[in-house]
Amino acid sequence: MTVHDLQKALNQNIREYGMYIALAVIMLIFEITTGGLFLQPGNIANLMNQTGYIAVLAVGMTLVIVIRHIDLSVGFLAGFLGAIAAIGLTTLHLPVWLVIPAVLVIGVLAGLLTALPVAKLGIPSFVASLAGWLIYRGLLLRSTTSTGTLNIKDETFVALSNGKIPDFLPKDALLPGLHILTLTIGVAAILWFIWADIRARKIKKSYNFEVIPLDMQIIKLALISIAIGYVTWTLAANNGMGWTIVIMLAVVGVYDWITRQTVIGRHIYAIGGNPEAAELSGISVSKVTMLVFGSMGLLTAVSGILLASRLQSAGPSAGAMLELDAIAAAYIGGVSAAGGVGKVTGSVVGAIVYMSLRNGMNLMGVDESLQYIIRGGVLALAVIFDVATRRVKR
Amino acid sequence: MSKTILEMKSISKTFPGVRALNNVSFRVEEGEIHCLVGENGAGKSTLMKVLSGVYPFGDYEGDILLQGEVQKFRHISDSEHAGIAIIYQELALFPELTVYENILMGQEITKGLAIDWNETIRKATEMLATVRLKVNPEMKIKDLGIGQQQLVEIAKALCKDVKLLILDEPTAALNEDDAENLLSLILELKKKGITSVLISHRLKEVIHIADTVTVLRDGQTICTLDSKSGDVSEANLIKNMVGREINNIYPPRSHAVEPVVVLEIKNWNGYDPKLGRTVLKEMNLKLHKGEIIGIAGLMGSGRTELAKSIFGNPDRYHLQGELLIKGKKVEFKSPRDAIAAKLAYASEDRKGNGLILIQDIKSNISLAKLERISSRGVTDQNLEVKFANEFKTSLNIKTPSVEQRVSNLSGGNQQKVSIAKWLFVEPEVLILDEPSRGIDVGAKFEIYTIMNRLVEQGMSIIMISSELPEVLGMSDRIYVVSAGRIAGELSRSEATQEKIMHMATQ
Repeated sequence: MTVHDLQKALNQNIREYGMYIALAVIMLIFEITTGGLFLQPGNIANLMNQTGYIAVLAVGMTLVIVIRHIDLSVGFLAGFLGAIAAIGLTTLHLPVWLVIPAVLVIGVLAGLLTALPVAKLGIPSFVASLAGWLIYRGLLLRSTTSTGTLNIKDETFVALSNGKIPDFLPKDALLPGLHILTLTIGVAAILWFIWADIRARKIKKSYNFEVIPLDMQIIKLALISIAIGYVTWTLAANNGMGWTIVIMLAVVGVYDWITRQTVIGRHIYAIGGNPEAAELSGISVSKVTMLVFGSMGLLTAVSGILLASRLQSAGPSAGAMLELDAIAAAYIGGVSAAGGVGKVTGSVVGAIVYMSLRNGMNLMGVDESLQYIIRGGVLALAVIFDVATRRVKR
Repeated sequence: MSKTILEMKSISKTFPGVRALNNVSFRVEEGEIHCLVGENGAGKSTLMKVLSGVYPFGDYEGDILLQGEVQKFRHISDSEHAGIAIIYQELALFPELTVYENILMGQEITKGLAIDWNETIRKATEMLATVRLKVNPEMKIKDLGIGQQQLVEIAKALCKDVKLLILDEPTAALNEDDAENLLSLILELKKKGITSVLISHRLKEVIHIADTVTVLRDGQTICTLDSKSGDVSEANLIKNMVGREINNIYPPRSHAVEPVVVLEIKNWNGYDPKLGRTVLKEMNLKLHKGEIIGIAGLMGSGRTELAKSIFGNPDRYHLQGELLIKGKKVEFKSPRDAIAAKLAYASEDRKGNGLILIQDIKSNISLAKLERISSRGVTDQNLEVKFANEFKTSLNIKTPSVEQRVSNLSGGNQQKVSIAKWLFVEPEVLILDEPSRGIDVGAKFEIYTIMNRLVEQGMSIIMISSELPEVLGMSDRIYVVSAGRIAGELSRSEATQEKIMHMATQ
């Protein structure tokens, strides 16, 4: 490998790497300014829990923005779905295994309802989802006024955001102070990454396709392994991985796979790239639009459940402004407002950047007013950087 | 001796790779009606864009003289200021605003800081009377017919104290009554001393109205004819318009058309609800196995509408008549159905609705039939690259890799990607809409060779083209489309450029 190779790889993927570099820089700055508090295992776990419900929304929002739409209704919808879960569990005393699937189904239906006028009548999604924003806000208020904030006592439900995954060995049995299952998952993930990469390389070679130089591949795998290793180590040292992280990773994994490997994923990006060409290629734009909004509704339900679980309650203002946080995370993560461009993994990293800023500045004791201004600045910079790097390519 | 109002001297204009105008001279006398004719791509629109300042001074070579003075238009507003008004085919009106607002748009009558609406309406009413349009000035533009809208455009232009009125194919979208009305208005304006330049494909109206006709061909002035001298006849105009040499860039083809009809339309009618007019009228057409039929016709004649109406009707025309595939009546609800019935349509507008420019070559190629590279909804991207590489070789797509973005390719290579995309669906009928538009001669030859290879393999091709030599060089049979109708059918042996142009300008 030469410096030239490295430069080429960096130039080609500057947008993507830029975000990881930005994340690393932001984390480093907070590590210094908070006197080492930021990267402590407890805080990392806390940051992941804070990020979870926004990252899940950002994943859904990514696809919505990719097909050139927007969904403003998801914040209050998440709040309202959390309230439904709370009512189911607390007022109606329904079992948790019934409440969670029911909330997910209601979420999907709500997403489809928003999509209906958009896909069938061509109503702008901004307007259709703004109507949803108002309606769900009203519904949330109605469902919580008589009782006030609904507290959730169900242990399983609360554990989704506050609990850790169990360990198969008793504490301190093997390694003192470390959570063995978490470590096992981390090691398995590293091995899986290496295996998948080697396999993809072999298949490419069997087709006689060009592959990246071996040393580059090794460096890439080493960096990924170190990152996964470090995160699992910190989590293992802090009583293990939370359920939120597991859910978040599952959502990201599934959506990343859908967008990169499946026919439906291709259809989504084709519509974003050129809806007329997609329609002429035999893709039903209205069906895919329904599907993307349906998935947004599903992820909104997941997010609403995580949020209610984290707060252990559902209040009249739950979920307020969440939609804008998710949209900001997606844009920081490199989604293009022009459509057709954006990765779900990018949006998740965008969400981590966004929440790191909040978490780090809270640790530093920065005034809230200043926090908003700085977050706004970072969003603006990310989008400017995005546009600038895209121009260079042409 | 009349005075020359406009003289364009030795105008040349080059686009990357194409010389659109080559030393064109164009001279208009005061008070006359001067018609500008020529095939699609002859350079008429480019010339008018030079005149109007769309291509600013310095962007072209040569001089523009208006009433003897050299003009340096840097912007449309400069030419408007000098008294030149151009009315384009696509009208530049605001559909949601009223007639009077539109007429005075950009030259608002004010009283202090506010607009004087009463005076505006009075002035607009006066202008409407000049163009003999009897509508309430408070009506919205969107509620008017196309013919009425055109008159509003003219009223707007006259409002600006216009010296030279240029109309770009004003009658193309009009029905006969409206067209006649418009022409008599132009004659009337002439009596009032207004000079008009009319670009038109309808030669009958040119002969009816013109004092002088200038013919352009391939970016050059071919001739200027005076109606008084009796030179302005249909035959003479067509001869000058099409007199291009047919070079031998059409590869020979040695195959027999099989007597099996693969596609047929009967009494095919289409109404476009968005434009509010009939775009296809009583069309009948047959395509045999292994045959290339050429659809000739000028822009706006209904060629593309015909192709799209067959290919699953994505623009949702109201269709009547029968479409038969291999003798069986079919009704396609969407392009998806058409693809399933082994039809393919490579659109004329590669960038607009053909390709996804921000995506790479391989994704574009596989898009219309992802089933071929996937099982149970999961794609195999190595297989995709393999297919794409095969097309890269067989169609000679010049690119370092099939992972190259399509926007980085030249027009000819983009066209090859578009053809590859549609060959990937393994069609039996391939509709190629303007397959050689905007690509160089070498790439054209390659595309013709590919077409020959395909029909030899038993595919049938419908080729839509405004280039007559291409139609003559490639088609087994030719249908000429004009004003939404099939104006005639010609076999390869009987077809000539003159015959086709005669039918196309009906």
